[in-house]
Amino acid sequence: MSEESSLLNDPEVLRELIMDHYQYPHHHKLTEEQGYHSVHMASDSCIDDITVQSLIRDGRIQDIRFDGVACTISTASTSMMTDLLRGKTVAEAKEIIRNYFSMIDAKEYDPDLLEEAVAMKNVYRQANRIKCATIGWKAMQQMIDESEETK
Amino acid sequence: MIDVERIRKDFPMLQNHPDLVYFDNGATTFKPQQVIDAVMHFYTSTTSNVERGDYPIAAEADHLYNGARSSIARLINCRPEEVCFTAGDTASMNQIAYGMQHDFLKAGDVILTTEAEHASNLLPWFRMERESGIKVEYIPVDRQGVIHIEDVEKAMHPGVRAIAVAHVTNVLGSVQPISEIARIAHEGGAYMIVDGAQSVPHRKTDVQAMGIDFLAFSGHKMCGPSGIGVMYGRYDLLQRMQPIALGGGMNARFESCGDMTLKNAPYKFEAGTPNIEGAIGLGAAAEYLLAIGMDEINAYETELRAYFAEQISKLDNIEFLNPDNASGPVTFNAKGVFAQDAAGYLASRGIAVRSGNHCAKILHEIIGTDQSIRASLYFYNTRKEADRFVAAAKDISLENAVGIFF
Repeated sequence: MSEESSLLNDPEVLRELIMDHYQYPHHHKLTEEQGYHSVHMASDSCIDDITVQSLIRDGRIQDIRFDGVACTISTASTSMMTDLLRGKTVAEAKEIIRNYFSMIDAKEYDPDLLEEAVAMKNVYRQANRIKCATIGWKAMQQMIDESEETK
Repeated sequence: MIDVERIRKDFPMLQNHPDLVYFDNGATTFKPQQVIDAVMHFYTSTTSNVERGDYPIAAEADHLYNGARSSIARLINCRPEEVCFTAGDTASMNQIAYGMQHDFLKAGDVILTTEAEHASNLLPWFRMERESGIKVEYIPVDRQGVIHIEDVEKAMHPGVRAIAVAHVTNVLGSVQPISEIARIAHEGGAYMIVDGAQSVPHRKTDVQAMGIDFLAFSGHKMCGPSGIGVMYGRYDLLQRMQPIALGGGMNARFESCGDMTLKNAPYKFEAGTPNIEGAIGLGAAAEYLLAIGMDEINAYETELRAYFAEQISKLDNIEFLNPDNASGPVTFNAKGVFAQDAAGYLASRGIAVRSGNHCAKILHEIIGTDQSIRASLYFYNTRKEADRFVAAAKDISLENAVGIFF
């Protein structure tokens, strides 16, 4: 096991990661530049209200950004996603997203693909928070689906 | 003062969850055995439809169903025929709004409400405004959500034909001066409509003394079943008002040419087979509350809330949003912690509260925050529970809130 992945098994480290991504979320600013897809996600059952933007060009996710009001789990999971998927090919991104949803469903997944996002691995224990951990990821999935439909 | 330990024995949910601190009574309440028994009795001994059977158990079902109406009439001091059973506060408010639009108001007329209202006392009016040109205007409230009489006087003008406000608001527990507002409404020729969802369960409501023309409330927030509630209306007004739903049980006769004659109130508002067991359970709940005494319930809750609020106000990590209100929920935020995260942490300590914007989505314009935690009490809660709550609230931090996932 690599040093990094052993760190990612330490609950203290994972907790710090979530707190850090919540307090200082990455890529937390929307852009008005042309060419971006945008999805607004407002949860029906809580007050999470976020917008995720992405720039998908030449089969690659060039950029992801988000903004909005959301809880720690929503904010941190979306922030982690922006780190993870930036620069990936669409095919790679789809595989990462598939693994992430598997983890959230308490199914088999590849932790090496998910890097810091493994911090969300216990969210399934609080069923009412699963929507928090997936809100940003679903937005990204939707933008990928749309980009493939419009090809 | 009420004997809370004896009362707690009536509630199976409290007995079955001895370690739970349930402070989410603004959302729904637990049911005493007496209510459960009344519903069970209908299922096991008197099941039949109402108002149409010619056999003894049907007569018994009628007797119980209309007996429930009489219990509600005693609870709010009206005549039994002024009590219409509905699916709940929301259904009642929608019927009242429909009636206002259809039978009482015309385009250009104004209805006054406030920005502290629950969705069920706003959205029906918003639709009415869009569809019929009746206008919605707001009476200002202060930062604790309270209406001041001089603001009602200022808001009144000749176009105002109705005022619709909650007696007690659902997020901040602001108690509105209904009698005085009703006096001003009536002097100006306007109807007084009250959303009683958060007040009828907790305090004496006298529709005659308070001058209420229409009142809505739900059964499940007052120890009764879900899916049942009440629309009270002054009888002459009910007779003038058209029901939303037409169908069986509410018409006296109809012809192939389309002519129909509706029954008198309250039956014309109860189309279809009603929620009979719900009504019977709600009647039992009203009897249960009346046996304890609404004034006793209110005195106990006020004292308990004051104790709880004082402890909460001492916590450095808590921003207390409604310290000046003496009734209703204790509403707060933990500094630097998103409301749902804080509620999740409290849940990990066995405490049930509500987080979010509590169906009062424009209230943030008054209190300056979108989200909050609402801890709402009922007469079966105790100081010991308040102490446990405060001990847990003291520990709410970002670190602990995230810690529940590890």
